[in-house]
Amino acid sequence: MTGRLRRPGAAAAPAPAPERAGKPGAQAARAGNPAALSRPAGQRPIVPSATVTARALIAVIAIMTFLAGITIGAVSAVSNVAAEWTADIARETTIEIRPGDGLDVEAALAKAVEVAKATPGVADARALDPAATARLLEPWLGTGLDLANLPVPRLVAVSLAATADAGTLEALRAGLTLQVPSASLDDHRLWAERLSTTAHTAMAIGLAVLALVAAATVLCVTVATRAAVDAARFVVEVLHFVGARDTFIVSEFQRHFLAVGLKGAAIGGGAAIALFFLGSTLPSWLSFDRQIDTLVGALTIDLRGYGGIVGVAVLVALVTALTSRATVYRTLRGIS
Amino acid sequence: MVRFENVGLRYGMGPEVLRDVTFGIPPHSFQFLTGPSGAGKTTLLRLLFLSLRPTRGLITIFGRDAAKLAPDETAALRQRIGIVFQDFRLLDHLSTYENVALPLRVQGREEATYRAEVTELLHWVGLGERMHVLPPVLSGGEKQRAAIARALISRPEILLADEPTGNVDPSLARRLLRLFLELHKSGTSVLIATHDIGLMDQFDARRLVINQGRLTVYD
Ligand SMILES: Nc1ncnc2c1ncn2[C@@H]1O[C@H](COP(=O)(O)OP(=O)(O)OP(=O)(O)O)[C@@H](O)[C@H]1O
Ligand SMILES: [Mg+2]
Repeated sequence: MTGRLRRPGAAAAPAPAPERAGKPGAQAARAGNPAALSRPAGQRPIVPSATVTARALIAVIAIMTFLAGITIGAVSAVSNVAAEWTADIARETTIEIRPGDGLDVEAALAKAVEVAKATPGVADARALDPAATARLLEPWLGTGLDLANLPVPRLVAVSLAATADAGTLEALRAGLTLQVPSASLDDHRLWAERLSTTAHTAMAIGLAVLALVAAATVLCVTVATRAAVDAARFVVEVLHFVGARDTFIVSEFQRHFLAVGLKGAAIGGGAAIALFFLGSTLPSWLSFDRQIDTLVGALTIDLRGYGGIVGVAVLVALVTALTSRATVYRTLRGIS
Repeated sequence: MVRFENVGLRYGMGPEVLRDVTFGIPPHSFQFLTGPSGAGKTTLLRLLFLSLRPTRGLITIFGRDAAKLAPDETAALRQRIGIVFQDFRLLDHLSTYENVALPLRVQGREEATYRAEVTELLHWVGLGERMHVLPPVLSGGEKQRAAIARALISRPEILLADEPTGNVDPSLARRLLRLFLELHKSGTSVLIATHDIGLMDQFDARRLVINQGRLTVYD
């Protein structure tokens, strides 16, 4: 078949050439884009990328990835804070000595400190002096108080070592009952339980919101991708009709939409990461006082949180690529 | 090259658009396909182009039973058939050059291997100066010629053209007809669907006439 279709030379050509008559440069001017002339021909991607739907798709992907990233970060931050709270509570406990008839409070305090320090798992024990106790009560009783005249309980602050467990508190309680009858151990059990319930509830709510946001993200991205592919249905048809194999068409679209997905996900995920990164470093840059530091500290997330955001971004890009693939196949089945 | 035997076609549950159509397209032939609007000319071209399956009958294309083709074989056969659609179907985001080169590009060929060929063909159809322009700024006749060039670039053995003169003035229509005849002389089988009597009167060729679903051949 080669050479069968011999094209006649220009002189013999009956071809219409109305605009050929010496108008050099006219075409560049009419194209309105001189760069189009210098660009190596045939390099433009087959799948159109500058369409309104394509831009909308990038925006949808970026926004949804951002929201999912924020949610992951927030859940991760909540879980960190909850873990910290519970750990703080568990690491501290107090011994209370109630003044009673003829009780030598100071001796009882000293004894309690001694018992506590002797208990394995206790890192430190320290009696709060009357002044410190008074400071604690200031908000309620005002300044200039003589504690000696009031039956105010005195406290021993006990810090537990990292090795402490439930047995440590039991041993401490037993030792106190035996040697300092006037002492009672406040292990914050109720408070700790309530706090841990709160932390668990917060985590459960966070995970539920995360699940909803993840579902919404996947749905939005799927629907938007499908719409974008449907908008390019004409391109699929033309490629099909000029003899492209299905695998060629599908891989062109999949490559294009993977790039779109990665771009959108990088924008959204990057913004979420930047937000958390700023949240965790800004306070120290601006040397805010500790109050604000702890407030904004809630925004701090760890590597796992950053990993989660990157993970969701990758997931979104994959969903985009796979949806485009499935939609192109469906379109092709509809054509023939 | 192509053989239709007792082919019938209906869209969905509708009436039969084509009934007992039997004809063939011999190699190196030139024919007009005509008939009133809505007679089924485009439908017949779609059958020829493998983008529609017949409800009845047998279609053989290049010796292959059209009903028994795998998708990839269909794509391969399509590369041997050039088609000019009634509505051109150019891609607006690609330049004229890129549109014309598309059939070669989708075969996975490197741009360097076909650049000269595409440029030459574009000059031949008189679009040499409009090569890097996007289709939306082309005139109707220029689009028509770009669509024809795209159908020709992979040197098809059969060229199908649906109303190729539907959008152009009589003088351009004459020039396009000369282009098709030139192609026919170089060995391609050409089938032009048209209801332009003036066009058919300019060249005495085989006529396939569809009327009320039946096809009659006037040699
Ligand atoms: N996709 C379709 N679904 C249902 N009916 C269709 C479809 N395409 C065409 N038809 C019907 O089939 C008949 C033949 O249509 P076709 O387009 O083949 O005619 P035509 O000869 O090309 O007409 P024209 O000269 O106006 O282009 C018409 O009655 C049309 O309504
Ligand atoms: Mg038609």
